[in-house]
Amino acid sequence: MSLSIDDVKRIAHLARIRISEAEAAQTQTQLNGIFGLIEEMQGADTAGIEPMAHAQDLSQRLRPDVAMEPDRREAYQAVAPQTENGLYLVPKVIE
Amino acid sequence: MSLHTIKQLADQLAAGKVSSVELCQDYLARIERLNPTLNAFVTVDRDKTLAEAASADALRASGQAGPLTGVPIAHKDIFCTEGWLTTCGSMMLSNFVSPYDAHVIQQFKVAGMPSLGKTNMDEFAMGSSNETSFFGPVKNPWDLARVPGGSSGGSAACVAARMAPAATGTDTGGSIRQPAALTGITGLKPTYGVVSRYGMIAFASSLDQGGPMAQTAEDCGLLLNVMAGFDERDSTSLQREKEDYTRELTQTPATKPLAGLKIGLPREFFGEGLTGDTAKAVEEAIAQYRKLGAETVEVGLPNSRLSVAAYYVLAPAEASSNLSRFDGVRYGYRTPEYTDLLDMYEKSRAEGFGSEVKRRILIGTYVLSHGYYDAYYIQAQKLRRLIANDFSEAFKQCDVILGPTAPTTAFRLGEKSDDPVQMYLSDIYTIAVNLAGLPGMSLPCGFDSGGLPIGLQLIGNYFGEARMLNVAHQYQRATDWHARAPAL
Repeated sequence: MSLSIDDVKRIAHLARIRISEAEAAQTQTQLNGIFGLIEEMQGADTAGIEPMAHAQDLSQRLRPDVAMEPDRREAYQAVAPQTENGLYLVPKVIE
Repeated sequence: MSLHTIKQLADQLAAGKVSSVELCQDYLARIERLNPTLNAFVTVDRDKTLAEAASADALRASGQAGPLTGVPIAHKDIFCTEGWLTTCGSMMLSNFVSPYDAHVIQQFKVAGMPSLGKTNMDEFAMGSSNETSFFGPVKNPWDLARVPGGSSGGSAACVAARMAPAATGTDTGGSIRQPAALTGITGLKPTYGVVSRYGMIAFASSLDQGGPMAQTAEDCGLLLNVMAGFDERDSTSLQREKEDYTRELTQTPATKPLAGLKIGLPREFFGEGLTGDTAKAVEEAIAQYRKLGAETVEVGLPNSRLSVAAYYVLAPAEASSNLSRFDGVRYGYRTPEYTDLLDMYEKSRAEGFGSEVKRRILIGTYVLSHGYYDAYYIQAQKLRRLIANDFSEAFKQCDVILGPTAPTTAFRLGEKSDDPVQMYLSDIYTIAVNLAGLPGMSLPCGFDSGGLPIGLQLIGNYFGEARMLNVAHQYQRATDWHARAPAL
């Protein structure tokens, strides 16, 4: 399979990454090279094999549903690009 | 001092022959001299380091020193470190001063080990050459025209150049072992879940694992004793009893120390792609192991040839999800000009990420998208199972698996940077270990005709770190490849 320029642009939009025409063309070539490598695995017989999502076959550990972290809002917001009155500022979404 | 191992430095500190402040001053002076050439460190903060060293000396004076108190260490810039810039090699985080410590950093603070600084790395740990860092490439101390390997290339270079006695690294597809091999040092990737990933900036969560990089296997064992342990803040951290990873090193007879040990040699690791000098050095290491009493058996890892393909589906898939948090809202880079929220996201991510990171996010987004999920992501997960099963079968016949760490020695800067597929193949011998979650390590086993170091890889069974470290340690008692340092 090979990706078209439109495919690349669509994926970039889904990934929320702005991409120029020139970048899309260059990316298309590189991605197609990488997918050529990935295609190797399509020939492998995996019938009846259980997918392995994780390195350890363990079930998720549970803990009591209580807050454990102290409130460090100021420290965490100090590294934010823009805050006001304890809130993160982003462009207006609803007019 | 800079040629000493951690073990030697710890002994000197314990004997009162040197203070932690003096040690750190020595290393800081060496960093100041060499870093402009090597670019191994992103951040050095003399005052912070010396304050931590003074605390370590005070701890020792009060009689509360642990085995490594006062020994300095450098940290890969992927570990969040409170009050220090933590960039992950990216413009996206180039202004990020972490408000908290990673679990690993906390453990080293508790052990009283001062930080010498934060080491350079491939952006978000994506790379095999350390050329994708926003802060520029790291140079290999053995040949300044060559790469140190990646993504823990800054850590590897700083240990190889003796700018630090040890450093932390992380390994998602070989990022501790491959740079260790290319710079002639010893690096260990523990069993998945042994070292907490809390505060270690995530790339591919089911594969990432932190570990030590040092001059010797013994030092790696001492460091793993500090790093390992259960952490409830990481849901994949394993609840296991604390163990001493150096315990087997001293319990071995002087003659034929590895008698009874079975070493598996996977036929797939000795095929094409292995260059003459690397193949020869690995063969000589096998002969040395036989002299130490070990037996060798041939094992098969028939699906390992598919590990690179499976990895380049699974790792980008997880990365595309993990890196969605970098959107310019709560931390990190935000584009200066934008019209609406979508525009802000897209521009911040386009400007903040480098090209390799964007490429992997795009691969991940694609393989997880509707219509392709089963063909790529699920198929790769099935292959992962087959690869893990291969190792289970192999470990029925042997105690440890041995092979080369990397197919070639250090390549030239720029040589593979325009060809992602060639770059990805640098990790062909290391990736399967991450997919299976096994422990693995690299140790120096010789030099090629150009004087570049060659790495030997050992792969252990789950939780077999102590055994594997002894297998490496006995080799290092019999050889001196690990003790050689570049002239700088």
